[in-house]
Order: sequence, then C-alpha cells, then structure tokens
Amino acid sequence: MGFWRKRPKCALRPLHLNVEEGEIFGFLGPNGAGKTTTLKMLMGLVFPTGGSARILGMDINDSTVKAQIGFLPEQPYFYDYLTARELLEYYGRLSGVVGKDLSPRVEKVLGRVGLPDVGGVQLRKFSKGMLQRVGIAQAILHEPKVVFFDEPMSGLDPMGRREVRDLMEQLKAEGKTVFFSTHILSDAEALCDRVAVIHLGELRAVGAVADLTSGVQGKVEIIWEGTSVPASVKALGAECHITGDTVRAVLPEESQDLALDVLRRERLRLVSLVPVRTTLEQYFVEKLKRSEKTAGSLA
Amino acid sequence: MNRSRQVTIVASVLLITSLAGSAFLLSLMDRLRTGTTLEDVLFVSSPKAVKRMSLGYDGLLADIYWTRAVQYFGGRHVERASHYRLLAPLLAITTTLDPHLVVAYQFGANFLSPAPPNGAGMPDKAIELVEYGIRNNPDDWKLYYELGFIYYIDTKNYGRAADAFARGSKVPNAHPFLKVMAAQMAQHAGDTQMARALWTTTYHSSQDKQIRGNAIAHLRAIQVEDDVTALEDLVGQYGQKTGQFPRSMSDLVAAGLLRAIPVDPTGRPYKLTPQGRVEVQVPDDILFIEKGAPPGYKPPEPKNLENLGK
Amino acid sequence: MNSRIATIASNTFREAVRDRVLYNLIAFAVLLSGAAILVGQISIDIEKLVVINLGLTAVSLFGVVIAIFVGIGLVSKEIEKRTLYTVLSRPVRRWEFIVGKFFGLAGTLVVNAFFMAIGVFAALLYVAHKFQKPDGWVLVALYFIILQFLIICSLALLFSSFSSPLLSAVFAFSLFVIGTFSEDLRNFAGMATGLTKWLATAVAYLIPNFSALNVISSVAHGQPVSGQLIVYNTLYALLYATMALCGAILIFQRRNLK
Repeated sequence: MGFWRKRPKCALRPLHLNVEEGEIFGFLGPNGAGKTTTLKMLMGLVFPTGGSARILGMDINDSTVKAQIGFLPEQPYFYDYLTARELLEYYGRLSGVVGKDLSPRVEKVLGRVGLPDVGGVQLRKFSKGMLQRVGIAQAILHEPKVVFFDEPMSGLDPMGRREVRDLMEQLKAEGKTVFFSTHILSDAEALCDRVAVIHLGELRAVGAVADLTSGVQGKVEIIWEGTSVPASVKALGAECHITGDTVRAVLPEESQDLALDVLRRERLRLVSLVPVRTTLEQYFVEKLKRSEKTAGSLA
Repeated sequence: MNRSRQVTIVASVLLITSLAGSAFLLSLMDRLRTGTTLEDVLFVSSPKAVKRMSLGYDGLLADIYWTRAVQYFGGRHVERASHYRLLAPLLAITTTLDPHLVVAYQFGANFLSPAPPNGAGMPDKAIELVEYGIRNNPDDWKLYYELGFIYYIDTKNYGRAADAFARGSKVPNAHPFLKVMAAQMAQHAGDTQMARALWTTTYHSSQDKQIRGNAIAHLRAIQVEDDVTALEDLVGQYGQKTGQFPRSMSDLVAAGLLRAIPVDPTGRPYKLTPQGRVEVQVPDDILFIEKGAPPGYKPPEPKNLENLGK
Repeated sequence: MNSRIATIASNTFREAVRDRVLYNLIAFAVLLSGAAILVGQISIDIEKLVVINLGLTAVSLFGVVIAIFVGIGLVSKEIEKRTLYTVLSRPVRRWEFIVGKFFGLAGTLVVNAFFMAIGVFAALLYVAHKFQKPDGWVLVALYFIILQFLIICSLALLFSSFSSPLLSAVFAFSLFVIGTFSEDLRNFAGMATGLTKWLATAVAYLIPNFSALNVISSVAHGQPVSGQLIVYNTLYALLYATMALCGAILIFQRRNLK
C-alpha cells in the first residue's frame, strides 16, 4: 500500500508501505506516533487527504475487501447489553456468515480465544482481558485473510499476552496475514517477520528485525576486580559502574581487544566478558533520539 | 471512491427531490386544510377554557387565533356567508386571550355587525364585543369610534352613536373628528356626508387590509349614490327644460348641464336608461350599491376585499 | 444489503428493549387507567372525548419523547463509545448503518404505539361500554401519530449524525414544537413582506408539518378524516423522512471517526 497523507493537524506524513501475504508484520512506534490513525485509514473510518491503499490487491474502498479482513481496535468497547454470543452472532451476520454456519463458528471462536463458557454472559460483566479476547474473536470469526490488530496486548496480564502471541502464530500458520501495531518491542521481536517503525507521524524504517538491529553497534560487557576505571578504558567510550570492588563496563564491540590489553597492562583481574545482545529497544533509543534531534533542528 | 461517490450522488438527488416533493405536498395540504384548522381550534369554544389551557402563553395563542381568522376570512378563499358564523366565537376567544388586540375589535365592528352576506349580521354581539374592548382599553379612542360606527351604520341608532363618539372624544389623543361627529350627529344623521366621513375615518384608523378594503368599497358606493342622485337631478332639470328625457349623457353636456361625461369610481361612464334612470355600466364591479343598479339587481357573492385596501 | 440493514435494525430494537425503554408503557397504562376511572365517575357525555384526547395525546407525546431520547444517541453514542469501529470495518456500508438504525428505532416506536393503542381502546370500552362506528377514526389518528414518529426519528438520526446528544435533543424538541404550529408559521410568513417573507416562507416549508398530522381533536368529536388528507400525509411523511435520512447519510458518509 502507498499512502500520501496530510491532514489539517498533520497526524501523518507521506507513508509508503508494503506488507507481504502470510507474514506477521509489526507496526511499531511510541504512543501518539500515528499507528492508530494509520489503521483507521485502512479500515475506512478516517479519510486520508490523498493517496491510496490496497489490501489483497483490491482498493480499500471496495466493500468486498471488508469481508476478508478483521479488525481489533485499541481498547475496544462493545455493546454491553449483549451477551458474548449475541455480539458475535451480530458481527457474524454483518460479515456475511450465514444461517447454519453462524452458531458453530461462534462457539468455535469462543473456544479458540479461551472463553468457552461465557457465551451467555452479558458483556458488561466482562473484565478488560476478557473483552480483549472477545475483540480478537470478532476479528477472526469470519475467517478473514488479513487481520489488523491495534495494540492487541493492551490490558492483558503476562499469561494473556502469551496466549495472544500463540494465537497470532497460529494465524500465521493458517496462512493468514497479521498486521499489528504495538509499542511493546519485545513482542515485536518475538513475533514479527518484518516491522515498520513510525515516529511523530513519519515512517522511519522498514525491514526484518535482524536487519534493523544489525545496524546498531554491538556491545560487550566486561567485569573486573578493581576500584577505578583506567583512563584509557574510559577513552574507549565505556559506560562504567563501580560496586564495591567490582567494576562493570559496557563498551563497543570493536574496542573489546583494546580494553582487554589495558586490563592486562594494568594487571587487573578479569571476571567476565559477555556480548550484550542488541535489542530493538536500543535500536529505537538510538535511531529515534537521533531523528528527534534532526527533526528538532529542522523545526 | 466509486461506490461512496455513487451513494453521495444518489443521496443528494433523493434529498433534493424529496424536499421539493414535500414542499409541494405542503401547499396542497394547506389548501385542503384551511377550513379545518379553524374548526379544530374552535372545538374548545369557551373562551375561559381556552385561556385556562393556554398555560400562560396567552399572547402567542391570541396571535395564532387571530392569524388563522385573517387567513380564513381573507385572501385565498371564496367567501360565503355561512362561514361568518365562526367569527363570533373566534373573536371572543382571541379577545379573551389578549384583550388588547385592538384589530380584533375593529374586525368585529366591520364584519360581525353588518347584515349578510357582507357580515355575520350580529350587531348586538359586535356591540358586546366592542364594549368589552372599551372596558379593557378605556384610553383607546378607536374603540369608541368603532362602537359609534356600529350604532350608526348597522343599527341606525344615531343617539347612541353620538354618545359613543362623545365619550371617545374625551379620551386623550383622540382623533379630533370624534368631537365633530358627535356634534354633527343631530343635524346630519343619515347623511351620506356622515357616512363618508365615517368610512374615511375607518380607512385611516386601521392597518388591516380587509378593513381598509371594505371601507374603500363603501366609499365608492357612497360616491356612486351621490353621483346618481346628482345626475338624476340633472335629468329632471333637462326634462323640465326640454320636455323630454335626454337620450344620452352627451345631451346633458350639450345642454350645458354637464361639463363632461361623468365616470363612476371604476372609470366607466354612467349610462342613461330610456326611463331616465342613471346606472353604472357594470354593477358587479362596485360593491354595496343600491342606487345606480338596475331594478331587481342581485349582488354577487362578496369578493376579495384585500386588494381594494392597498 | 437487506440482511445487514435488518440485522442492524433488529439489534437497535433489542438495545431499546434492554435499555428498558418499553417500561414507559407502564407509566402510560397507569395514566390512562387513572384518567378513565376518574372521568367515568365525574360526568356524562364527555368521557369518550377525554379518553380519546388524553389517550392519543399521551401516545403522541410519550412516543416523541422516546424517539428523541433514543434517537439522538443512535449515532453519537456509537461514535463516542467507539463501538462503531468494529461495525464499519465489516462489509457494512455507512448508509446501511443509518437506514438500519432508523428502522430499528421506528420499529420500537411502532411496537410501543401498538401496545398503547390497545390501552386506549380498552379505556374507551370501559367508559363507553361499546364501540361505535366513529371510533374507527381513532385508528387513523394513531396512524398519523406513527407518521409523526417516522419524521421525528429521521430528524433525531439526522442530528445524531453530527451533533452532541444535548444539542440534538434541543434541536429535535424545538422542531417538534415549531412543527406543531407549522401551519400558523406559514400564515405568518404569508403576511410578511420583502426579504423577511422569503426567509420566513423558506423556513416554514422546511420545518416538519405536524399540524396536519394532528387530528386528535376532530377524531375525539367523532369526525371523519378525509381520504385525501390520509394520502397527502402519508406521502409527506415518507418524503420528509427520506429527506432527513439522506441528510444524515450525506453527513455520515464523510465523517472522520476520531
């Protein structure tokens, strides 16, 4: 899909994105970055000032597309006077799930999201986590080919998040495409084939997680016995912490050998040397801080 | 965008056509409903009951009753004598709701009092109404005027008329003519002079189109009456002079009795009959005439008065 | 398309029922029975008048109040609570949503009026002890009241599509009151002059004509209703409701749901 979007408050800058079929695609960014707005545009809830988008090869304004996608909004709220079953049947009918198919599908999907026994309970009695599951249920009820989740993990405890992650993997295994937005990077790292990073309304990067993080310099953590940090080690750009008689320094991978040389010369006793895994978080912090600075200087 | 644009176009077209259609239907329905709105309203014909039900919004309700009355009796519809029967209760309710609505009393004097088909033929009710108006508006000279008017024109009770004018002349800011009329009543009661003065005053003291139209129509009739009287007098003179009736108006001109062919208020020349009577050419065009109409003439249904009152 | 509209309509009805809207019937029943009993004890001759007048006026007023209070929230509540997101992300067209809501609300009111009608006829039977031919016109009056409901529903929906519930309620009530005097307004407009006349006439033709739909007092006096009026009113109500709904659809089509 390609979008050129500018709205009076300029929530989003021009954005071009492609998502492959059958992958789990993460849409990352801090709160307020424009993730929800993007999703709403894809769902036709909000109108872009320009540009176009295609899902499964069809323009998003084509209503046949909607039968093949599912959407879970952020912190969803449902008609609280309906029971879970009634709600799902309502949505099912609206999505074209007809007659005899409807009831069994509803039961099946309730089971799948872990709510097999509460079909007859009114939604106003549901906890936040249960509502989230109902939300997922309504998104996958009609067996869509592509699902869009906006912050699917919000409001869930660790168990719940685990279940949702498993579910998303299952969906991928079934050949569905999953597009979800989140600000929790560990989830993205665990699940996504590719991600897009958006910040302050602008797309900053797209690619596989490994590709993104590889750009960030590797670090090593060296621990030795001592009470001070040799000047030459500091000069290598190390972050040092002294606790009692142990020093812990984190410094760039390339400086590893030089640092070891210094320690040997100073006859300092090495305790451990461990590479520090680069996470998306680091990537974020580094990349986004930098772009914030540039954005700031441009503003 | 295609489907959505389709929907937008269809919806817009549908909106405009249904708007036009509903406006058209409204005009049809208004024509259908005019009689009914009044009768609806008069189901509660007790003025006191209406006042109680009005929840204090007397003024507004009075205006509504009043405008319905004006619509019902005026402009758009063919008038028939029968509908005047609704006038009395309507005016009663209107003035109970708003005793200061002077135009309602004027309307009553002009249309409640005269005999059908020009009015409801209820001079007593009209008098009652106007007296009620005077009680509630003792300082409005127009109401005393209306009272005197009714006595004079419709009941021919010149004494009471003079009384009413005299009372009215004492009110501050009264029209100076009231005093004059009171004074002249003794001598000139029954004169067309008097009648002309009254109708002229009526015309000037009201803004209502129908009342003014009515006044003008009467003034024209008086004009015709005066003209016919004068012309028939001339015919008599001619007869005395020449021993025979004149054949046409030109004969009178030739005889030096007239300077030019006289015309009636509609601009048509008066015509002379072989029997020496003077008549108007088209009696239907001049309301209220007696002299100047052919013998046995029956006036048609009263026409739209509003247009005369401009 | 139709099944989606029907689904939305029946859900709207279900929502109204579960919101205990129909409990108003209890208040109505109490009111009517009380009046019937009271009147039955007081006077002769006007009991039928009072029962019909009171009963039909109550049907009309109760219905209008429900129509407005439920109607103004139909769209705005869904937007505010964001329940709309999961609906519109399905193959439901925006106009289908509006039309479905309309039928749901209208249906609720018709059902409500139906029960109330039974109440009115029951009260009538109680005070008059038998039905007479002119009582049939009461059904026409009820039909007109239902037409009124259609117009009010469409207006409430129109306001709901762009305005907050409070403002919508104010607009809708005002239009109802003004519409009751619409014939007088047209009269006033007819008597004005110049620019005022044109403006007033335009407004007078735009506001809904509830005066022609109110035949309660003539029916209470046993008077018949002209067939022409029935046809005109039916057409008018359908056209007017269509107009308001189209307005709602046009507005809702382009609305960004924040």
